[in-house]
Amino acid sequence: MKRRIVLATLAAPAMLRAQGTSGPIKIGLMAPLTGVAASGGREIVEGFQMYFETINSRIEGRPVEVTVEDDASNPDTALQKARRLVEQGNVHFLFGNLLANTGLAVANYVRGTGTPYFIPVIAADDLTQRSRLPNVVRVAGYSASQFSRPLADWAYKQGYRRIATISQDYTFGHEQCGGFAQKFTSLGGRVLQQFWHPLNTSDFSPYMGQLANAGVDAVFAMETGADATRLIQAYASFGLKGRIPLLGAMNATDQSVIRTMGAEAEGIVSAAHFAEGSTNAVTQAFVADYERRFQKLPSLYGFSHFSGAMWVAEALKTIGAEAENRERLLAAVRATTLTGSPLGAPVSLDAYGNPVYDAFIRRVVRRADGKLWNAPIETYPRVDQFWGFDPETYMRQPAYSRAFQGPR
Amino acid sequence: MVLAGLLALAGMPLLLPSYQLGIASEILIFSVLAMSVNLLAGYAGRTPLCHGAIFGTSTYVVIIAAAAGVPVWAACLLGVAAAGGLSVVFGIIAVRTSGVYFLLLTLALGLIIWGICLRWTGVTGGENGLRGDLRQGWLADPRRLYWLILGVGAVLTFAMWRLVRSPFGLTLRAIKDSPSRMAALGHNVPAHLLAAFVASGLFAGAAGALYALFNDFVSPTTVALPQSVEGLLMAIVGGVGSILGGLVGAFVLIALEQFVSAYTERWLSVLGLTAIAIMLFAPQGLLGLLKRKST
Repeated sequence: MKRRIVLATLAAPAMLRAQGTSGPIKIGLMAPLTGVAASGGREIVEGFQMYFETINSRIEGRPVEVTVEDDASNPDTALQKARRLVEQGNVHFLFGNLLANTGLAVANYVRGTGTPYFIPVIAADDLTQRSRLPNVVRVAGYSASQFSRPLADWAYKQGYRRIATISQDYTFGHEQCGGFAQKFTSLGGRVLQQFWHPLNTSDFSPYMGQLANAGVDAVFAMETGADATRLIQAYASFGLKGRIPLLGAMNATDQSVIRTMGAEAEGIVSAAHFAEGSTNAVTQAFVADYERRFQKLPSLYGFSHFSGAMWVAEALKTIGAEAENRERLLAAVRATTLTGSPLGAPVSLDAYGNPVYDAFIRRVVRRADGKLWNAPIETYPRVDQFWGFDPETYMRQPAYSRAFQGPR
Repeated sequence: MVLAGLLALAGMPLLLPSYQLGIASEILIFSVLAMSVNLLAGYAGRTPLCHGAIFGTSTYVVIIAAAAGVPVWAACLLGVAAAGGLSVVFGIIAVRTSGVYFLLLTLALGLIIWGICLRWTGVTGGENGLRGDLRQGWLADPRRLYWLILGVGAVLTFAMWRLVRSPFGLTLRAIKDSPSRMAALGHNVPAHLLAAFVASGLFAGAAGALYALFNDFVSPTTVALPQSVEGLLMAIVGGVGSILGGLVGAFVLIALEQFVSAYTERWLSVLGLTAIAIMLFAPQGLLGLLKRKST
């Protein structure tokens, strides 16, 4: 830590320019290490640092220096830490954040400074849609509504026609449910009811009764963190499990949720670009490596930041590790097709800075040793953030909210 | 001495790099918030827990108004006016209570604002908050913004200092000591408290408007309870019952946060322990401690 302070005081902007590309590549990583999103934040740091360990913290011979800052799950703190990293730490680019509001706050700041900002888990749709910025790129990330569309398609093909959704009442939930509802309705299905509950709902019993009597073929649940755990437990203990199939947003059955759970989580179907239970050899090598280092299976947070770090490192290799040159760096990142990611399949960005993936429909099953993980049961190739909709037409409709879940 | 202090503060931009200048701006803004809390807590004997909400309401209004095309200066005035209007409503509801009831009532009123900002997605952007576009042209330069904040902050501080030394301020202090005696003497106690509440709310609103210029972003955390608590904590740490205590408190807490969070993730625990230590060993705040030592 001492070393960092010394560097910060020495590296006045003028000196840095004079040094050219000789010093280290400086990266500012922000993650919520305290506050509501702290558990995910730790995995962000783990995944990110794990990648740089695998390449000995060197890109093209140039050392990499990562400064980690806690955004405290709070947008004002995130903004302050971004200022510190950029103005005092003179980092070449920023990475990270978990909650959409922290990411949006930092995005607004870098709009003024021009600092490249990479956001592997900030899913807010508009950051790569209606209010996209040239220097904010969602490397190895996904937009919130991206994978709930193929899940809706899959659900329709299972014969489900009537759906209820239950979701945390904030933008990430509105967008995931919106993607699901719009796709499902466009296929001819009906969304009968949508329940929105506050973040950190301690008691799900009122919703369980209503879901049981909603007369639906399946329930789509968009939950993160402790809410996901509580909902899945309530769903089982109120006897809905096995009676009405439960579909989840990818976060609902993420490792960060199911690694502490038991039979109640088994069988839940979700959609995502990453499935730790994939049979792909590259994915399994990554999962084994991660498990060896951290004694747990990788969550989306860890995976995304591992891949995001790799993405930018690969891009830097193509421009001689010249991290100072923002224009070239951003252009290289956009042009990079990531071939070595743990997905074992090439990934590239669409014209709006959001990756295009093969999406997995995944089911929570037990691994041979009894641990729960998400195993793919079907693949939708080439799913982008607009999947099936024309981008320009799509962006003319408003962003998803409680009030707008697709044209009815 | 005040003039020397002001000159020193005005010279900061020539010495500090931009990040530290940002921290200095933040300290000045929050010291105005802490002073506005102090006006009620230290002089009228009513400890409010809604000033974060009043502060943040102004921030929201500034950003929303500016986005709607209102010139930035007019948006700031609208923000302060909104904070004033809100304080009238809050004041009417709250001033007839005192002690812990006042604390809880203002806490609840603040939570209502937080709830509105969180749920009224169409206007406030909900959890995501609103991104502003205020730092353009003249305001884009952090040094000019700092001088603006310093200038406005100095005027507001002077106004508050005058206010507490006026006959009105004396009456407030007397009300703090004994409301019943003041009522018996023929003073309209609730009216005085309401006026103090609104004045305090206007100052908090002015701080909130400056914060909108500085942060260029607002989300429900700006109106949330921790914001109110922080304002109160700064007032307490600096010294309840002395206007400049707000400046000291804001400086100590923000500087400590900056310093400690560079070394450990557990910076929140360190801040908490420091606050407890100050309350135990310097119940009159740091300025109170200085005064006691010097006499």
